[in-house]
Formats: sequence, C-alpha cells, structure tokens
Amino acid sequence: MATGKGLFGSSLARKYWMALTGLFLCSFLVIHLLGNLPLMTGDHEAFNIYARFMTTFPVIKAVSYLLYASILLHTVDGLMLTRQNSAARPVKYANYNGAANASWASRNMALLGTFTLVFLIVHLKSFWFEMHFGNVPTVLIEGEEVKDLYTLTVTSFAQWWYTAFYVFAMAMLGFHLWHGFSSAFQTLGINHPTYTPIIKGIGAFFALVIPGVFALIPIVIYLNSLAA
Amino acid sequence: MNLTLQIWRQNGPQDAGRTVTYPVSNVSPDMSFLEMIDELNIDLIKKGEEPIAFDHDCREGICGMCSMFINGEAHGPDRGVTTCQLHMRTFKDGDTITVEPWRAKAFPVIKDLMVDRSAFDRVIQAGGYISVNTSGNTLDANAILVPKADADAAFDAATCIGCGACVATCKNASAMLFVSAKVSQLALLPQGKVEAAERVQNMVRQMDLEGFGNCTNTGACEVECPKGISLENIARMNREFLSASLTH
Ligand code: HEM
Ligand code: SF4
Ligand code: FES
Repeated sequence: MATGKGLFGSSLARKYWMALTGLFLCSFLVIHLLGNLPLMTGDHEAFNIYARFMTTFPVIKAVSYLLYASILLHTVDGLMLTRQNSAARPVKYANYNGAANASWASRNMALLGTFTLVFLIVHLKSFWFEMHFGNVPTVLIEGEEVKDLYTLTVTSFAQWWYTAFYVFAMAMLGFHLWHGFSSAFQTLGINHPTYTPIIKGIGAFFALVIPGVFALIPIVIYLNSLAA
Repeated sequence: MNLTLQIWRQNGPQDAGRTVTYPVSNVSPDMSFLEMIDELNIDLIKKGEEPIAFDHDCREGICGMCSMFINGEAHGPDRGVTTCQLHMRTFKDGDTITVEPWRAKAFPVIKDLMVDRSAFDRVIQAGGYISVNTSGNTLDANAILVPKADADAAFDAATCIGCGACVATCKNASAMLFVSAKVSQLALLPQGKVEAAERVQNMVRQMDLEGFGNCTNTGACEVECPKGISLENIARMNREFLSASLTH
C-alpha cells in the first residue's frame, strides 16, 4: 500500500480527493437538474437555448473540463480504494452480519458507484456525444441554427425500457448519495454535535429529491408520449 | 441450554484451517462466553483432543485480549461489551453460534481464534507518545492547565483498549477508529500538541504500511467498539492530517 506524505498516496489523502470530487459532482447535479426542468414543462425552446448555452459558453466549457476530470479522478480513486479495502481482508468471514452495524448504502458504495458509471457512459453517449459530434437535426432559434436536443431527448424517452433504465440508475445514485453526501463531510474532518445532524438531514433530502426529480423527467416525457 | 458451536480451527499460521462443529450441553445462562468455551475445552482435553486456543486475560473488559467474531459480529451481538463480558443469556436454547478469529491481513491468525495484533503496537511506536525529559527535573503535570472539555474528550479517547474489534468489524478492515483514538488522546492535550503534526503523519503512514483498509465512514466500528469510541475521533484525525499535510 502506498504511503505518501502530503496530499497524495496515503489512505487519508485518497479519501480527501474522493470527498472533494464527490461534492463537486453533487453541485453539478443541481445545475444540471435546473437546466433539465424545461423538459418537464415541455418548453421546447427554453431547453434548446440551455443546451446550446451549455455546449458553447466559455465559462461552462472550462468548468466542464473540471467536471470530466472529477468523474475520472473519483472513479479511479474509488476503484483503487475498493481494491485496497478488499486486499485488507484476504480471508473473508464465513458469517458476517454487516446489516447489524452499518447501512446498506454505506456497505455498497463501490457497487452503487459502478452502476452510476455505467449509466454515465450510456448517458454521455446518447446525449453529450450526439450533441457534440453527432448528426442531430437543427431548429431555428432567433435566426440561428441550433441542434434540436429537445426532440432527441423526447424521442429517446418515449421508449419504455430507456426510461426504466434511467429511473433505475437514479435510484442507484440516490443510494450512493444517501451515504456519500454526509460521508464527504466526515472525511474532510467536519463532525460537530449541532451541524452533523443538519448535514445528515440535508444529505437525506438531497439523495431523495435530486435523483427523484431527475427520474421524474423521463417518466413525464414517457407518459406524455403515451398521451400524444 | 444446549447449543451447537461452529468454531474456526487452524493449527498454525500456515495451516489452511476449517470450521469444526461442537455440540455443547448444560450451558448455564449466567456463564460468560469464555467460560462456556472453557467448559468445552475441558471436555476436549478429557477426550484427548486439542483444546481451542483463544486470547484472554483480565476477563473483565479492560485488557482487550478476548477477540472473537461471534455470529457475524465482533464480540457477539451485545453492545458495549467484550467477549468476556458477553453472557450466554444473550442466546437461546438450541441456537447455532459461529465463532471466527478477527479477519484482517494485518492481524494474521496464530492459532484457532488467536490473532497477532502487534500491528497496533507498531502504530503506537510510530507516534503514540510525547517526548519529555524525565531526567530529574520533571514538571508537575498539574502545573499545565487543561480545559475540562478537552480533558474529558482526551480521556474518552484514551479508554480505547486496543482490542481490534473496530478492524474486525469494518468491511474494509480499517484501523481508523483505533488510530484516531490514539491520535486524539494526545492531540487534545497541551503536552501532545507540540508533536501533533508529525505524530498524525507517522501513525497514518504506519497504519497504511501494516495493510489496514481505508475508511468508508460506514460507522460499524463505533457501533461494535466495546468502549464507545466515537467517529468524532476519526473526523479529528482527518482534520489533523489535512492540516499537517498542508503545513509540514
Ligand atoms: C454523479 C455522480 C457521483 C456523485 C455525485 C458521487 C458522490 C460521492 C460522494 C459525495 C462520496 C462520498 C465521499 C466520502 O466518503 O468522502 C462518494 C463516494 C464514493 N463514490 Fe461516488 N459519486 C458519483 C459517481 C461515482 C462513480 C461513477 C463511481 C465509480 C465507480 C463512484 C464510486 C465511489 C466510491 C467507491 C465511493 C466510496 C469511497 C469510500 O469511501 O471508500 N462514485 N461518491
Ligand atoms: S477503538 Fe474501540 S474497538 Fe477499536 S481497538 Fe479501541 S476499544 Fe477496541
Ligand atoms: S479478557 Fe480482557 S477484555 Fe476480555
């Protein structure tokens, strides 16, 4: 096991990076969700303007590189931690009652993270890749040709299995955050008799509401497609 | 009470080991778990079989030796107790009980249920001390004022008995609760603050070298710790190490 000094190599430093990238990804989830809301109200133009803004505005572009780096670092670091953790117990218990003292989510962070990773790959291929490099039909907005991500999205979610996959993935992300959000604060050394219960409350709210609303969007689109 | 025990038997560090089933009868609910094993060992000796090797010493919850992973939990199902303080009344007549040694790369099995916990000693040697001059002109400890809240928190951390239940119970075999208790008991006091930055770095380095896992903050250690050592100590160690990393 590596034993670096400073902010790299040691077990504790690995966790600081996990917590920092994890919290950064949480902040991104909020922005992403706000941008997706026009999909729910069926506001075709507002969503396409948002999509164009996200792919062209320089500040967003800069932040997006930070985001890709965070996903990569969080994933690689998470897999390294998980490998070390399983190597720390080469002979497993015949009888291990994990449920007696820890939550299911906290014991399955790597599994939940891996589901999230699979989802991210599918998701980025379907929308991010198509938006950047694909042949998406365009629409005219304020006299300018803009890729019609709205229509691409709505037609994708009209397929029931595609919507079901998204809902399942959001449930996995919800469990990941159920433990992960407050865990990140503990990792960064924040544990306080007054604030920690508040952080845990915010974490539970975050884990329910953010993936919940994300999942609601494809459900609403799917139901609308049935009605149409 | 009549019980069925499934106990891990392993002749030595190199032996592959296996689970052996032992029926035991006439167990009194007032016996401690160790006394129940004593009775079984007497029977085994009478039958000319090798008794089960297990660690124990004080038999009153203060030495931390009695490591046993019982029914999937460190020190069994009770909270705030060691195995010597676990009573047979916790179980029901007819129960099957599994008994395994602590499982961790850093705690190799010596024999049967005994494991080698000297990794903990090496973590302590790496920084669990203060450097003071003891050559005749020692200061009166009471001459240094310590705020009551700090003294209490340091004392709470110092109640850790080094049993290793935190490592045994952690899904990652992480020693964070133990190491953070040892870091905290000194970092909170004026005498320990002088070397705090070096201490936390050296102890964490040794912890990693021994092959303990990382912390996922599941909190299982805090639940299973017989001395109620709190996760606040782990957060304190995370703070101490972060600030030491940024300044040293
Ligand atoms: C939007 C996506 C994601 C968010 C918001 C997120 C957030 C978080 C947060 C806040 C933590 C807690 C950090 C800590 O305990 O200090 C965490 C832990 C973790 N994440 Fe993620 N995560 C995401 C995706 C992923 C992915 C793609 C993986 C890759 C497989 C992953 C694997 C892990 C693992 C293994 C841990 C536990 C590390 C440990 O404590 O041992 N996560 N995540
Ligand atoms: S922290 Fe608790 S469980 Fe861990 S060694 Fe100390 S007393 Fe035992
Ligand atoms: S034998 Fe000393 S704590 Fe159990």
